Amino acid sequence: MSGKVIKLHFTIDAHDFSLAGEASSSTKKMLNQLGISPLIIKKAAIAMYEAEINAFIHANGGEADVEIGVDRIVITVRDEGPGIADLDLAMQEGYSTAPDKVRELGFGAGMGLPNMKRYSDRLEIKTEVGRGTTVTMTVYVREG
Amino acid sequence: MKLGEVIKILDAELLADCGNLDLDVCSACGSDLMSDVMAFVKENVLLLTGLVNPQVIRTAEMMDIKAVVFVRGKCPGENIVQLAKEKGITVFTTKHSMFTACGKLYSSGVTGKGAAD
Repeated sequence: MSGKVIKLHFTIDAHDFSLAGEASSSTKKMLNQLGISPLIIKKAAIAMYEAEINAFIHANGGEADVEIGVDRIVITVRDEGPGIADLDLAMQEGYSTAPDKVRELGFGAGMGLPNMKRYSDRLEIKTEVGRGTTVTMTVYVREG
Repeated sequence: MKLGEVIKILDAELLADCGNLDLDVCSACGSDLMSDVMAFVKENVLLLTGLVNPQVIRTAEMMDIKAVVFVRGKCPGENIVQLAKEKGITVFTTKHSMFTACGKLYSSGVTGKGAAD
């Protein structure tokens, strides 16, 4: 990433469900202030929000870092949760290990990781069972 | 169809008016699962849901959805209404079920389909 880079850091709370999404909301606000195209902002916001919700529901919270450069937005969400045992399976739409109580909250439909893939231009997932997961999503600011 | 007309068709009660009743609603998404909503990409979308929690508003915010209807007479708490106002999202509630509300809107011309990709 070249040129001036804006860096944001967030702690993802593990206890208050009403606060889940605050990091994505703040990031979206910053991207709006920078005058980035609404379509690019929407892609970055949805991808980050899904990752943030995943950290909340699966991993007792975590940390998020966002780097906004002239040509790309890089979002990293890391947690020290249970990790993903079968990543190929987790990438399939509709597959979820979330308990019923999570579905009652409107999530756990097995669309989180597929949505992160759908809306980011590049998705990298590092996961280890019992150690945690780090998801890095890149959204290019300029098309093409 | 203008948002104001949607409210009339659904016999809905306005809970948070963010001054966009002249918004042109082109398509609608009815779901209680927010990740399914986020797989749905379309402009000028109305969200209908039976789920009542702040993440409905958060999801609308991320998706640039400017109006949310709670179906089956569900009434969101003041914290949800307040969050919607902060985000500029108009919120209303209808006594109709999800099926009936969607049917009424579809038969009135809100037929725009969303795309999964």
